Amino acid sequence: MQIKLWINGKMVTEDVAADTLLIDFLRAHGCLSVKRGCETSNCGLCTVFVEDKPVLSCSMLVARVNGKKVTTLEGLQEEAEDFGAFIADQGAEQCGFCNPGFIMNAIAMFRENPDPSDEEIKQYLAGNLCRCSGYEGQLRGIKAYLSFKKENGGVC
Amino acid sequence: MADFKVVNKPIRKKDAMALVTGKPVYTDDVTPTDCLVVKVLHSPYAHAMIKEIDVELAKKVPGIEAIFTYKDVPGKRFTMAGQTYPEPSPYDRLILDQRLRYVGDGVAIVAGETEKAVDKALKLIKVNYEVLEPVLDFRTAKDNKVLVHPEENWEALCPVGADNKRNLCATDTSEYGDVDRVMAECDVIVENTYHTKANQQAMMETFRTYTTLDPYGRLHVIGSTQIIFHVRRILANALDIPKSKIRVTKPRIGGGFGAKQTCVTEIFPAFVTWKTGKAAKLIYTREESQIASTPRHEMEIKVRVGAMKDGTIRAMDVYTLSNTGAYGEHGPTTVGLSGQKSISLYNNNLEAYRFGYDVVYTNVQSAGAYRGYGATQGIFAMESAINELASKLSMDPVKIREKNMVKEGQIMPSYHDEPNSSCALDRCMTRAKEMFDWDNKPLAVDLGNGKIRSIGVAMAMQSSGISGVDVGSATIKLNDEGFYALSIAAADMGTGCDTILAQMAAECLECDIDDIIVYGADSDSSPYDSGSYASSTTYVTGKAVERACLQLKEKMCKIGAEMLSCSVEDLVFQGKKISKADGSEEITLMDIATKSMCGNTEATQVTASHSSTVSPPPFMVGMVEIEVDKETGAVELLDYVAVVDCGTVINTNLARVQTEGGLAQGIGMALYEDVTYNSVGKIYENSFMQYKIPTRLDVGKMRVEFESSYERTGPFGAKSIGEIVINTPSPAIAHAIYNATGVWHRELPITPEKVVMGILKG
Amino acid sequence: MLTINQYVKAESLQQAYELNQKKNNVILGGMLWLKMQKKSVGTAIDLSDLGLDKIEETEDSYLLGAMVTLRSLELHKGLNSMTNNAVAESLKHIVGIQFRNLATVGGSIFGRYGFSDVLTLLMALNAQVELYQKGIVSIEEFSKMPYDNDLLVRVIIKKQEMKVAYLSQRNTKTDFPVLTCAISNMEGTYRCVIGARPKRAVCLYDNNDILKDGITPESAEKFGEYIKSQIITGSNMRASEEYRKVLSGVLTKRALLKLKDCEVTSYAD
Repeated sequence: MQIKLWINGKMVTEDVAADTLLIDFLRAHGCLSVKRGCETSNCGLCTVFVEDKPVLSCSMLVARVNGKKVTTLEGLQEEAEDFGAFIADQGAEQCGFCNPGFIMNAIAMFRENPDPSDEEIKQYLAGNLCRCSGYEGQLRGIKAYLSFKKENGGVC
Repeated sequence: MADFKVVNKPIRKKDAMALVTGKPVYTDDVTPTDCLVVKVLHSPYAHAMIKEIDVELAKKVPGIEAIFTYKDVPGKRFTMAGQTYPEPSPYDRLILDQRLRYVGDGVAIVAGETEKAVDKALKLIKVNYEVLEPVLDFRTAKDNKVLVHPEENWEALCPVGADNKRNLCATDTSEYGDVDRVMAECDVIVENTYHTKANQQAMMETFRTYTTLDPYGRLHVIGSTQIIFHVRRILANALDIPKSKIRVTKPRIGGGFGAKQTCVTEIFPAFVTWKTGKAAKLIYTREESQIASTPRHEMEIKVRVGAMKDGTIRAMDVYTLSNTGAYGEHGPTTVGLSGQKSISLYNNNLEAYRFGYDVVYTNVQSAGAYRGYGATQGIFAMESAINELASKLSMDPVKIREKNMVKEGQIMPSYHDEPNSSCALDRCMTRAKEMFDWDNKPLAVDLGNGKIRSIGVAMAMQSSGISGVDVGSATIKLNDEGFYALSIAAADMGTGCDTILAQMAAECLECDIDDIIVYGADSDSSPYDSGSYASSTTYVTGKAVERACLQLKEKMCKIGAEMLSCSVEDLVFQGKKISKADGSEEITLMDIATKSMCGNTEATQVTASHSSTVSPPPFMVGMVEIEVDKETGAVELLDYVAVVDCGTVINTNLARVQTEGGLAQGIGMALYEDVTYNSVGKIYENSFMQYKIPTRLDVGKMRVEFESSYERTGPFGAKSIGEIVINTPSPAIAHAIYNATGVWHRELPITPEKVVMGILKG
Repeated sequence: MLTINQYVKAESLQQAYELNQKKNNVILGGMLWLKMQKKSVGTAIDLSDLGLDKIEETEDSYLLGAMVTLRSLELHKGLNSMTNNAVAESLKHIVGIQFRNLATVGGSIFGRYGFSDVLTLLMALNAQVELYQKGIVSIEEFSKMPYDNDLLVRVIIKKQEMKVAYLSQRNTKTDFPVLTCAISNMEGTYRCVIGARPKRAVCLYDNNDILKDGITPESAEKFGEYIKSQIITGSNMRASEEYRKVLSGVLTKRALLKLKDCEVTSYAD
């Protein structure tokens, strides 16, 4: 079937099989930041935005994204660098395989709730698994980023 | 401590920004998609013989390139364990075998142009199985009439006591002093049996390998592995081809934790490429990673501790039964740590110990290497037993440890008679007590709302590389303009060893971390390294880096001396320049680099190898505070204090995150991570939906500090950190749960159900 | 692995209904559960274009379209205000936000999964289900009906004064529940719904008038014991029958005590 969608602002028109998953479509279109960590919608590695909402691209048919706007980390490089630097300064990126999904969802959180409490951060990001860091370094990085933003009067 | 400039600093990882911005750096990102898709048909039975296998119909699926069965593979057995040759793990595998030994064992390999075609073909392979009785309970495996490996060409290369006709992968007993006599003299004996289960490493990137033929007709393997050189040997063994025909490289790795110290996927696409000449890729699903890999060895550990009324621990007797599953990967070696790393912790007053073990084959998923490598299991048992002893003696569990813990300078009979050359375990305990306020906290407080707050403690040790075995190497090269290239074969699997080793090089060469580029892990060009496991990289490879850099400095000074027409002794190396001691003349590093490329006969490149005759243990103390819900059994982690002695901390950020990450894995192991089987040997926890690892809501607050000793045999005084950090949560949490409920849980994981039922059943 | 031969975005409920009559066709909810199945689907029917992704408010009800995501339900102010935040409490433990941005009310309810937090809650709210063919039925009745090829169009929650409390026990924070418990008091009637038994949720009532004089620590304890004695539980890999029974008493008691402390908030807020 013929679909049309916008990947990181770029229009893509293509004939796809009915069961093509968004993750596979995105990877085939060069969005290699999108990772698969499980097949059961549990790990959060494949998080992308569809119409600016974070979703699991492993659990979505690309057919359902017809006419919609999809954003991956490739389309958010500046934000990823700004925020990611704070994760890097903790050494919390570790193996990095969960990073794209985690950073995507963190960006979604900053947009939805620019001043989250620790508990809100943990709740919002609970669907992003990480086996390396124990999460504490990620939390420190997020908090450091938020205070930096606050001190510099920036809006997340 | 020495005044370091680059070492002992929170340096950002060299690859950090690439990782946080999602750059395509992993195996599946950097290898072409235009290759054969490889999948494995897995056995549905725990024990069976293939009577007939018909692949003709499956081969007819359009796009199918090849299907291989046991009839097509070489008949020489090998092990997939990434260990130094001759491997202690028995040679008990074939790429595909007619006998299937666990649910998940390989039945056939299918290679085709698309995933859909391969999936279709998998369904069309017709197999007639003769289903055999399996050995599923590891307690009944030894001398069972059902043999997991009855084959005649089974072989143990090392004298580990293995006997395939008894389902024995290894057996041994060692003794020091007269255990029975000393035990008889003790006032109190605590004797209990502890049971730890298989746990999945559960790194986020599943197992995956890409293989292709290079322009010279050699097999080039690109994969997510911790052990490029061992992979080369294992594949040469498996395919029965010369090692010169194989090149192994690794890109970034999405986590390993020991899982990728075993060749889980490599053999399949390698065989396909070797047979077809075509590039091939196998990406294990999470399900395959859960059912057909090599998780932690399940162990049952019987501990006897003999002590005096004042808490003096005089004798220990440990027996471990370890379940290696269907194959023997890491079976003979993991088990040793269960005794060695637990008994040695209590060296101070110990007069006698006995440590015996059996490692048995069963028809469940093969076990392998997972962070902690047997020490984790042994320490859960030993630390629990010590807590039980303290409770029996009504002693403070911290005091009994302070009285008996191994001290710096002691010889450790249970640790190959090695001297405890650097040990700040006592300071770790003191600091942990302060941070935790241990002395002012009751073991348990009933909060009156159905909840009890309680505390627990445990200690741990590990090793730093395998003494006399592990080899670490580094090549350091001066380049144009004066930057350096550091070439290594240790595998940075997210741990940051590329950066840590670069920090060491920068410290030696008195330069900035950015002046060192790191190139890693290519079996054709990297200097030999055993690989990243056994907590060896910082300690062993780090020392090689240090040595290589010192030698390079000498060489550069030699060139400098020639250029300045003076003797080397007159020169001082100062990083960016080399000066005469009297300050009269100097030459820049750039000049030397330029000279090295023009009319030069002195190579500005040094390779150094290192191997250590000792393996100095890192130490740590963990203290936990939890809240137990008496009515639901829920255990909430409130606070975890960890104080670690890993010698000099090379990278303060990365060591801290290693610790936090290890604690989280340990918490999962303590409370819910489990591998269980149904009555016919099929794993229930075959996905992240069923195998739950901690989320960020499950881990509580962790506070990590370091109390460093200085290890003279290590680079800049460093020991290791990677593994020890997983060892304290299980016993500390079990202790806290006892303090809350009065029930000792001697089997992991301690689920809410076990907690409540324990209380209800008194 | 799931395969789908054809994807159709339905233009009307009638079209969706007709397509759904074929055995290997399937209505897509959030697709999270469906995707994990090893199944060959003929036509996947998407209801996304039928305006069912909204929570509508009428004078006397909230209408939850089948395609409303669990995340929008979780964040809905009116429903949370009416239910003492039991709606959010019942949803926030489900995997993660990205998951709940996909999972739909219709998908969660139509499957009548044993583990369903949503079903447990909606039963306590005495919700109704609007089916394309069979019309409106109570969710309690729906929970007992066999699977068929009807379409779930929306869920209807009556606006009324109520007190509700939701509790669940899980082995990890975002795992499937080991047991769920939702208790409501509407116009003096207590509904105690126990789910993840592990079978489908069931609704029990205060048939012995244990709570007729109100909730006290004693009556809550007694009602908990009563539920424990009535409830049928089972074992699966997450927990045993016995433990679930214990939990049913504990969660019931606690939910009642929580409910006692709830403010009655006007649905008109």
